[in-house]
Amino acid sequence: MNSKDDKEKDKPIIELKDVWKIYQIGEVKVEALRGINIKVFKGEFVAIQGPSGSGKSTAMNMVGCLDIPTKGHIYLHGRDISHLSESDLAQIRGKKIGFIFQKFNLINTLTAKENVMLPLTFLDIPESIRRERAEELLTLVELSNRMDHKPNELSGGQQQRVAIARALSVNPDIILADEPTGNLDSKSGSSVMGFLQDLHQKGKTIIMVTHDDKLAQYAERIEVLKDGEIIQTVKGSKHHTKNEHNIVVNKK
Amino acid sequence: MIKDYFKLAIENIRQRRLRSWLTIIGIVIGIAAVVALVSLGQGVKKVVTDEFAKMGTDKIIIQPAVNFGFSADTGTPTLTEHDLPIIKRVKGVKEAGGILLKSGKIEYKKNVYFTVVVGVPLDNTQKLVEETYTINYINGRALKQGDRYKAVISHDIAKGKTLGKPVAIGERLTIEGQEFEIVGEIKQTGDPGMDSSIMIPQETAQELFTANTPGYHEESGIIARINPGENPDDVAASITRAMRRDRNEKEGNEDFTVQTTTQLVASFNVILDALSAIVIGIAAISLFVGGVGIMNTMYTAVLQRTNEIGVMKAIGAKNSDILQIFLIESGVLGLIGGAIGILIGMGLSKIIEFIGRTFLDTTLLQAYFPWYLIVGALAFAFVIGMASGALPARQAAEMKPVDSLRYE
Repeated sequence: MNSKDDKEKDKPIIELKDVWKIYQIGEVKVEALRGINIKVFKGEFVAIQGPSGSGKSTAMNMVGCLDIPTKGHIYLHGRDISHLSESDLAQIRGKKIGFIFQKFNLINTLTAKENVMLPLTFLDIPESIRRERAEELLTLVELSNRMDHKPNELSGGQQQRVAIARALSVNPDIILADEPTGNLDSKSGSSVMGFLQDLHQKGKTIIMVTHDDKLAQYAERIEVLKDGEIIQTVKGSKHHTKNEHNIVVNKK
Repeated sequence: MIKDYFKLAIENIRQRRLRSWLTIIGIVIGIAAVVALVSLGQGVKKVVTDEFAKMGTDKIIIQPAVNFGFSADTGTPTLTEHDLPIIKRVKGVKEAGGILLKSGKIEYKKNVYFTVVVGVPLDNTQKLVEETYTINYINGRALKQGDRYKAVISHDIAKGKTLGKPVAIGERLTIEGQEFEIVGEIKQTGDPGMDSSIMIPQETAQELFTANTPGYHEESGIIARINPGENPDDVAASITRAMRRDRNEKEGNEDFTVQTTTQLVASFNVILDALSAIVIGIAAISLFVGGVGIMNTMYTAVLQRTNEIGVMKAIGAKNSDILQIFLIESGVLGLIGGAIGILIGMGLSKIIEFIGRTFLDTTLLQAYFPWYLIVGALAFAFVIGMASGALPARQAAEMKPVDSLRYE
């Protein structure tokens, strides 16, 4: 059952190697991650799945270059980023990673289009190019008639689609989705998952963090996390229609 | 990129409209006060400088020390006719004339008033005195040699502001019990003292006001004209030396002052600047309070937008980007406050100018808005805003993305 994907011969896009994250809360040491190893190759759709408290948020922070490990190494395109400064990490995030959050996290004062343009603003890309790119992406997520609306004028599903467009704006190597359907009804949720699958079909690398084992089935590969360790790696059942169903077991 | 941050800032300020208004009130008041005061101060300075320019730079004014223009009636006078020949003998002096200024009791149409009576010399120094005090005749005639109980009235008296009713040429009024005939009227000078005064021949004035004073006749001020090409400062120094010697006074203990017109402008400006400094000091308190208000608002904004900061960092904002975003936002708050303050300040000084002209009948209060005042006030307001937002912005910039993303 514990099958590792060995078919990719190339170097992984991102690799977590014996990553530990230890928080010091008062006098107590909390080991959020206990030496996890994850490799994600180009074009993969990987889910990191686990119950709350399993360390999946911490894992997402590591994969998303939002935080650095206490011990161990993170390689992005073979480059060790585990000791970079916040500013360097910000630049890496800006260029390489597109985030999709559970609560959409759009900037409320900006319109849909401006939200999609924002990551490009931080890269100092000329406005005309930014605008064109944002319009193109919002059309892709079927929001061409909602471009100048602010987030509070959009439904949850629409907001999440804006977030997907925003994540795509810099043409990142990795799309990192954190509970992307957590705040959506099932219809909007499956629409969002549809978009993610489309992106994957088009060759995008997607890493999704979720507690929901049903949602995780959309992924090609599921890394099951518990108590800060990866206890299992399985194939997602919904990923390819002809794939056999793999049963996700919570305990080894 | 900066342009986008400005747009973002304005959008954020609009989002919390009421709080933004409340925040900038301090800045508005402070800048309005500064603009109003500086524009009026500059206006007064300009008027006065123009007046002195009309007076010409070839004149030196000798006055009793401390008392500015008007000397007390008690005791021996400081300046007298005795000083005139001494000053005239100084090298570089072309001529010297005295003027007597006294507060006189005026009776007109059975009512009693007190106002300034000017004793004008009717000898060859009359023109010098008239030039110095910018006396120009618009009606009737000037006083001339041989006049004894003739008087010339100024603008406010002619318009009825000083003596209750307008006074016309040919009418009569009583000064210190002596009846005078009005023979002329002078143009408004802009000097409130001069504009409410009555001019009479100096000899008559001496009879009326200083007859009981022993010794030489008193002078309230002496004006010396220097020869063309002479340096006013050098001649002024020579006059000081000559008068000191005559009076047997030690240097630094003179009971008189000798000033060139340039020095007069300078000493006037010193007074004006000191006044401005005091009032601007008060305005500075308002600006400081305004700055604290902006700081408080920005701290709240940083706290409220913690999650947003985390998101922006996640999608690639560097610490410096966040710092700029918040600095610009607080700077724009200051800028808006400054712009409104400037408009209010300009309106305020125009109103004061209007009140001055309409109700106080003075042309001294003139609002003057040089471009550097407007630009300077705007820049200053922006800088105050940015400075007030510096600490909150740094706090925002240094937030860890992981923590701020988790913040609810």
